[in-house]
Amino acid sequence: MLKQTEGSHAIAEAVALCRPEVICAYPITPQTHIVEGLGEMVKDGSLTGCEFINVESEFAALSVAIGSSAAGARSYTATASQGILFMAEAVYNAAGLGLPIVMTIGNRAIGAPINIWNDHSDSMSMRDAGWIQLYAENNQEAADLHIQAFRLAEELSCPVMVCVDGFILTHAYERVDIPTQAQVDEYLPPFEPVQQLDCDDPVSIGAMVGPEAFFEVRYLQHYKQQRALELIPHFAEEFKNLFGRESGGLVRPYQCDDAETIVVALGSVNGTIKDVVDEMRAAGHRIGVLTLCSFRPFPLTAVRTALIKAKRVVVLEKSLAVGIGGVVSDGVRKALSGVVLRGYTVIAGLGGRAITGKSLRALFEKAERDELEMLSFLDLNWDVVERELERGRQQRRSGPTAENILRDLGPAGARIG
Amino acid sequence: MFQVRIHGRGGQGVVSAAEMLSVAAFDEGRFAQAFPSFGSERMGAPVMAFCRIDTREIRSREPVMQPDALIIQDPTLLHQVDLFSGLAAGGFILINSRRSAEELGIAELAHGIGHDHLCTVPASDLALKHTGRSMPNAALLGGFAAITGQLHLDSVTKAIREKFPGKVGEANVAAAEAAYEHVMKERQSPAPHA
Repeated sequence: MLKQTEGSHAIAEAVALCRPEVICAYPITPQTHIVEGLGEMVKDGSLTGCEFINVESEFAALSVAIGSSAAGARSYTATASQGILFMAEAVYNAAGLGLPIVMTIGNRAIGAPINIWNDHSDSMSMRDAGWIQLYAENNQEAADLHIQAFRLAEELSCPVMVCVDGFILTHAYERVDIPTQAQVDEYLPPFEPVQQLDCDDPVSIGAMVGPEAFFEVRYLQHYKQQRALELIPHFAEEFKNLFGRESGGLVRPYQCDDAETIVVALGSVNGTIKDVVDEMRAAGHRIGVLTLCSFRPFPLTAVRTALIKAKRVVVLEKSLAVGIGGVVSDGVRKALSGVVLRGYTVIAGLGGRAITGKSLRALFEKAERDELEMLSFLDLNWDVVERELERGRQQRRSGPTAENILRDLGPAGARIG
Repeated sequence: MFQVRIHGRGGQGVVSAAEMLSVAAFDEGRFAQAFPSFGSERMGAPVMAFCRIDTREIRSREPVMQPDALIIQDPTLLHQVDLFSGLAAGGFILINSRRSAEELGIAELAHGIGHDHLCTVPASDLALKHTGRSMPNAALLGGFAAITGQLHLDSVTKAIREKFPGKVGEANVAAAEAAYEHVMKERQSPAPHA
């Protein structure tokens, strides 16, 4: 049913339609509304056959999900930011054990300095943990990806993170078509575990593995993700046939066919980029955008195919790998191995800094003139940076950076954008 | 596309107001997007929320920098925040206040945007009268329908009832209708310095 609703609520409804059997939750902004919504559904009886477990921490949330998934229950949780760091050990364990848990990440910055706003630092911190990572462009896709995520996770026996931009999507009201239970039931078969803690047929899960076998077990995680490269488009296609709309897949090119400049990005910023692309196309610019939906596995071939004819590629990233620059651009460069073109990395939107169409237009035009640095920072306030650096040059005890900068800036509430 | 920016303070229902506007627009068959710009989520801290309304899919995720309408839920923000930043030519301003624009010292704004595009409405008083609480958000939405003509009052009251089911909703609908009447009357009155 088409409705105007909050992103978090749409996700909660989509997850409920997947008939989860265990949901364990610990609140953290900005994902809280999702598990609150699911908790209400369990309590009011609209979601049956599901145990909602309040836990004492994020570490416990994922540990409970590991236990329930191993016992053969379809299991779900959600977190963000410091929450995913606190559960980091369990994140690796869930993947290493091959348990098909689905977890939403309401993408948010990681402290310090403490910040509740959106960027991709949190999910990026777990990019090599063995989970599949899918990024949603809008709330329709955020809802749909959860349905595809359970299918994919259970087919491969591999956990999946669905990454949804915090506030920008989780707290946005927009129209979302919530599917029917019958549609979801047709798409998502009952959970048939490949391994299960079963009293009638006992096994142990989680053996100590020495040098003789660890390598192979780890390799098989990689193998699963290579299989996912085939399954993700396949399941997206089946989804389209059944639900009548495109959601998910590995990559989505927009206006890329004859583009000289192609922008690559993850998540909700693709919407703003597409508006800018349309505006620039109307003015005769040959520009397009490649939306990466699957970041793990990284679709090297699909990215290469989409970008190979471009003259330049601008990777716009909402995370900063301190000391090198981009995270996504590493994968893009690998995909373009041997191809000669200009590649730019742009870090944008950290800690919730607004990414505006106006700034993007200026950035892309600068890229077209090949005047961009290899690594640049969109709308970074260089005056503030320089003032803080100067303070450090003036005196040894220059004080804490974040506090110094806040004092320079004055009251934050007085600004717009 | 019609863009709205709502300014208020934490606890005044700024975010809910933007959400209700988007629901009303959706009910009229349009595309709408509402989202908040959270500060540090403290009661009383300046808060903004945005709503975009269009006849086609809305893809942009940037904050509303060039609003077609501003709703000011708390007039004490007038001299603290750059509220009118980016207001489009021919835009609308609706302020929750018992005082007139002249008394608030912003009458000169009306010269730029037109007398009938700048209204004040005592939304907190109307809310207190009808709901027993001074939460001005729902009343202001009635005022918004009147000043902008972007939405029918019926769609707004339907959205309010959806957000606040039962008695609370009905009381807020009464406040919204009263604010609608107030703004309609104010718009029809002659300009003070015409």
